[in-house]
Amino acid sequence: MFTALHLAIIAPFIAAVFVPLLYKKIPSIHTGWFVLFVPAILFIYFLQHIPTTSQEGAVTAAFPWVPSLGINFRAYVDGLGLLFALLITGIGALVVLYSIYYLSKKRESLHTFYTFLLMFMGAMLGVVLSDNMIVLYLFWEITSVSSFLLISYWYEREKSLYGALKSMLITVLGGFSMLVGFVLLYSITGTFSIQETIASSSEIVSHDLFLPAMLTILLGAFTKSAQFPFHIWLPDAMEAPTPVSAYLHSATMVKAGIYLVARLTPVFAVSGEWLWLVAGFGITTLFWGSFSAVRQTDLKGILAYSTVSQLGMILSMLGVGAAAFHFQEIDNNLFVGATTAALFHLFNHATFKGSLFMMVGIVDHETGTRDIRNLGGLMTIMPITFTIAAIGSFSMAGLPPFNGFLSKELFFTSMVNITEFQQFNMETFGILFPVVAWIASVFTFIYSMILVFKTFAGPLQKEKLDTKPHEAPFGMLLAPIVLVSLVIVIGFFPNVLSYTIIAPAMASILPSLLQEGQQFEVDIYFWHDWNTELFMTMGVVAAGILLYLGMKKWKGVYKLFPEKLSFNNLYDQTLNKGEVLSQKVMASHMNGFIRNYLVYIFAFVAAALLITMFYKGAFVIDTSGMAPITIYESVLVVVLVASVGVMMFTTSRLTLIIGLGVAGYTVALFFVIFRAPDLALTQLIIETVSVALFLLCFYHLPQIAKNLEPLRFKAGNFIISAAVGITVTLIGISAGSSRMFESISGFFKEYSYKEAGGRNMVNVILVDFRGFDTMLEILVLGIAAAGIFTMIRLRLAGRDEL
Amino acid sequence: MEILMSVTAGILFMGGTYLVLSKNIIRIIIGTSVISHGAHILLLTMAGLKTGAPPLLGLEASSYTDPLPQALILTAIVISFGVTSFFLVLGYRAYKENGTDNTENMRGTDSYD
Amino acid sequence: MKSNDVILQTVANIVLFIILMFSVFLFFNGHHEPGGGFIGGLMTSSALVLLLLAYDLETVKRILPVDFKLVTAAGLLVAVGTGMGSFFFGAPFLSQTYDYFHFPVLGELELATALIFDVGVYLVVVGITLTIIQTIGEDR
Repeated sequence: MFTALHLAIIAPFIAAVFVPLLYKKIPSIHTGWFVLFVPAILFIYFLQHIPTTSQEGAVTAAFPWVPSLGINFRAYVDGLGLLFALLITGIGALVVLYSIYYLSKKRESLHTFYTFLLMFMGAMLGVVLSDNMIVLYLFWEITSVSSFLLISYWYEREKSLYGALKSMLITVLGGFSMLVGFVLLYSITGTFSIQETIASSSEIVSHDLFLPAMLTILLGAFTKSAQFPFHIWLPDAMEAPTPVSAYLHSATMVKAGIYLVARLTPVFAVSGEWLWLVAGFGITTLFWGSFSAVRQTDLKGILAYSTVSQLGMILSMLGVGAAAFHFQEIDNNLFVGATTAALFHLFNHATFKGSLFMMVGIVDHETGTRDIRNLGGLMTIMPITFTIAAIGSFSMAGLPPFNGFLSKELFFTSMVNITEFQQFNMETFGILFPVVAWIASVFTFIYSMILVFKTFAGPLQKEKLDTKPHEAPFGMLLAPIVLVSLVIVIGFFPNVLSYTIIAPAMASILPSLLQEGQQFEVDIYFWHDWNTELFMTMGVVAAGILLYLGMKKWKGVYKLFPEKLSFNNLYDQTLNKGEVLSQKVMASHMNGFIRNYLVYIFAFVAAALLITMFYKGAFVIDTSGMAPITIYESVLVVVLVASVGVMMFTTSRLTLIIGLGVAGYTVALFFVIFRAPDLALTQLIIETVSVALFLLCFYHLPQIAKNLEPLRFKAGNFIISAAVGITVTLIGISAGSSRMFESISGFFKEYSYKEAGGRNMVNVILVDFRGFDTMLEILVLGIAAAGIFTMIRLRLAGRDEL
Repeated sequence: MEILMSVTAGILFMGGTYLVLSKNIIRIIIGTSVISHGAHILLLTMAGLKTGAPPLLGLEASSYTDPLPQALILTAIVISFGVTSFFLVLGYRAYKENGTDNTENMRGTDSYD
Repeated sequence: MKSNDVILQTVANIVLFIILMFSVFLFFNGHHEPGGGFIGGLMTSSALVLLLLAYDLETVKRILPVDFKLVTAAGLLVAVGTGMGSFFFGAPFLSQTYDYFHFPVLGELELATALIFDVGVYLVVVGITLTIIQTIGEDR
C-alpha cells in the first residue's frame, strides 16, 4: 500500500519537478524560499515519529514494486533510520536557507541546483528508510549521480569536472560491489529484506558466501564514506558549491556508508573479520585524514580531510562496538558504549562540521579566497563568523564545554576498553587502537587550531584579497548560528538526545542484546573522575599546542610522501592507461568504415544461426504437402534470379534501378500466384512509386566508379553474402517443413466476419485485430517523412566541421 | 515449390547482402530493398504456399491461405518503402554535403575532443 | 523536371481521374475485397505522381494547393482519434465495432468504425508519399 511514509520519501522528487517551473515563472523570488518548505515540513513530519521509535519500535509500510522478484518498496522507520532522516531533513533545511544567501539569484542557474539538491535529498531518505536492499541500492546510486551533478554544478571549471568524475567513478564502483554483496546475501537467505536477513543472521555466519558478501558490501560502504584508501575523491569533491559540500560531503551522503555498516552490523558483526576490518580501516582513516589535513592550505581542503578523518573515527567506533555481540546481555557489557559513542558523534559531527563548512563559505564569499596563506586578521572584521568558527573548531578539537568533547571522551573510552577484549588477537594488537587514536587526535587538534587562528588571528593581508572584507548578511549567518547553538546546547545537555534518538538507534544496531521490554542505558555526562580518558585529552591539548607552535620545524615530514606514490596518482594513471588501452582496442576494429561493421553483423548472424542449426539438428526437410511447381513460377524464379545477378555485377546506375524494378514486379507477380491479392496490388504500386523516386534522386547522383573495389574485397563480400543466403534458405526450408504448434490463423478465419464484420481477412487484421501495429506503423512512416523533409530542407550551414 | 522459393529467398538475401557490403552508397540502398524483397518471400513461404483460396471470406471456399503473414508483409512493404526513401535521401544528402558516394571516405574522426 | 510531352499530358488528364476513381473504389472495398487504406492511399498517390511526371512541380502545386505534411498529420490524428474514441464507450484503446444501417437510396449497408481508422491510414500514406516526392523534387 502506498502510504504517507512513501510519499514523504519521494516528496523531494515530486517537488524537484516543480522547481524549474517556479524558477521560470516567479523569477523575482529566490527559488530557495520555495524549496525550503520541503525539508522543513519533512523534518517536522519525521519528528513525530520519535515517540513511536523510542517506545514501540519500528514503523513499516510495504508497497509492492516487482513482487515476482521479491522487490518491494518497504519503508522502515526505526531508531537508526530516523536519526538519519532527521539529519537529512534538518541539515537539509539549514543548507537550503544558507544557499539562498550564498547563491546569487542573478548569476546562478538556481533551478538546476535545487532540482539536483532535492533529488539528492529524496534519494538519501530512500537509502536510510528502505528495508529492501535493491531499493536501497537504487537510491544509493541516485545519491551518487546527484552528487556527481552537484559537484559539477560549475561545469565550466576543469577541476569541478575532474572532481565530479572521480567521485562518481569511485562511489559507483563501490555501489556496484555492494549490489554484488546484496545478491550474495540473497542467495544465502532468499530475501532482499534487511530485517528478515537480520532475523536469519545465525545461519548466514556459517555459510561459505558469508565472507565474500561481507567484503563486497564493506567495499561499497568504504568508498561511499571516503575511507582510506578510497578517500581521495572527497577532497576533489570540494569543488562543489559550499552548501553542497556542507550537506552532501560532510553531513549526509558520506555518512551513507556508515549507515550501511550500522544497519548490517547485526548480520556480520559476530565475525572477527568484521571487527578488524571496520575498526582497522576506520582508525587508519582517522589517522591519515587528520595527518593530511594539517598540510592543506585551502580551508575547504582542511575540512575535507577533517571529514575523512572524522568518518573514520565514527566507523572505528562502530567496528569496536561489534565486540558487544560476544556477550549475552547489556549489563556489564563494556563494549556497548562504543556504539553509543559512534551515534552520538555522528550527530555532533553533523552539527559542528556543518557550521564550519558554512563558515568557510562565508569567508570565501566575503574575501574571495580560501587560502590560509592569504587570510588572517579577520577577527575584528567578522566577529560573528569568528565566533562560529571558534565554537565549531573547539568542538571538533574535543575541547570542553562543547559536544565534541563529550564524544571524544566516549571515543577514548571505547578505544581503551577494546584492549580488554579477549578474542581475535585484540588482547595483543588491540593496544594499537588507543595509541593511534591519541596521535590522530593530536593532529585533529592542530588542524582545528589552524582553521581558526590562521584565518582570524594575525595580521590582515589586504593586498592579497580581491575585495574589502566585511561581515556577512544576517541571513547567511542564521544557519551556522543554529548549528553552533546546537553544539553548545548538546554540550551542556547531552541527554536530550539519549533516549529520544540514540537509544532507539542502538536498538537497531544491537537488536539481539535486548531482552523483551528492555532499552539501552545512555547517560552522557561531563565529569567522570580523573580517569585515563581525561589524561589522554589533556595530553592531546598539550602536545597539540606544542606542535602547532613549532609547526615550521617538523613540516618537512610531509615531504617524505612523494606525489608519485600517492593514491591520487594511482587513480590518475589507471584512468589514463585505461583510456589509451580501450581506445587502441576499439580503433583496431571500429575504424569508422561502415562495411566492416556490417561484415561483423552479417558474419555473426550467419555463423550463430548455422552453428546452432547444426548442433541442435534443427534442419528438417519434409516434401509432403508442398505445392507443385508450375511453369509460371519457374519462369518467374529465373527472372528474379537473373535480375539479382544483374544487380550484383552491373556498374551502371540505370541498370541497377531497372534491375530493382524487375525484381519488385516479379515479387508482385509471385504474390498474385500465391493467392495474395492485397500484397500484389500494394507491391505493384509501391514499386512504381519507388522507381520514380529512385530516378528522381539518381538524376543528381554520380556514376558508380569502376574498379573501386579490389577483387579480394569482392570475394570476401561474396563469401559472407553466400553464407547469409544459405542460412536463410535452410531456415526457410526447415520452417516450412516443421509445425511445432497449430497456426493461429484459424482464429482469423473464424472471427473476422463474426467479430469485425469484414470479409477481407488481411484488411481486418490490419485495421481491427492488429490495429495498434498499424497505428504505430503509420507513425513510423510519418517520422520517416518528417526526417526526409528536414534532411532536405535543413542545410548544414553554420557547422564548420564536416 | 517451398524449397524452390526458399532458395529464391536465399538468393535475394545473398544478392542484397553483397550489395550492402559494397562501398558505393547507391548499391547499399538498393541492397536493403533487395533484402526486404527476400524477407517478404521468406515470410510467405514459411507459412505454406497455395494452401487454399485467397483470404477473402466472400469467396466461400473450403480453405483459405494463411492471412497473417500477408498482413505482416503488407505492413513490411509499406515500412520498407518509407525506410528506403529515407536511406535514399540520406545517401543523396550525404553525397551533396561530403562530395563523395564512397563510404570509405565518409568515416568520422575517432577523437572525441 | 522540364517536359513538354503533349501526349503524356493529354493521357494523364484523363487517366488521372480513372485512377483516382479506382483508388476510391479500392479504399471503400477494402473491408470485404482486396483494397483498403494502404492500397487506396498508394493508388491515389501514384495518380498524383503521374501528374507530377506529366507536368512540373509548380503546375501541380497550383492545381493542388495542399500541404501534404498537414495531410500526414491529419491522418495520424484521425487514426489515434478513433483509438481514443473507444474510451468514450468504456472500451479499450482501438476497439472497433460495426453495424448495419438502412439508407434511402443505397439500401442496406454495413458501417464499421474500422473504416474511419482506415481513412487515417489512407491520409497518412497519401501525405507521406507526396511529401517525400515533393521535397526531393523541390531540392534543386
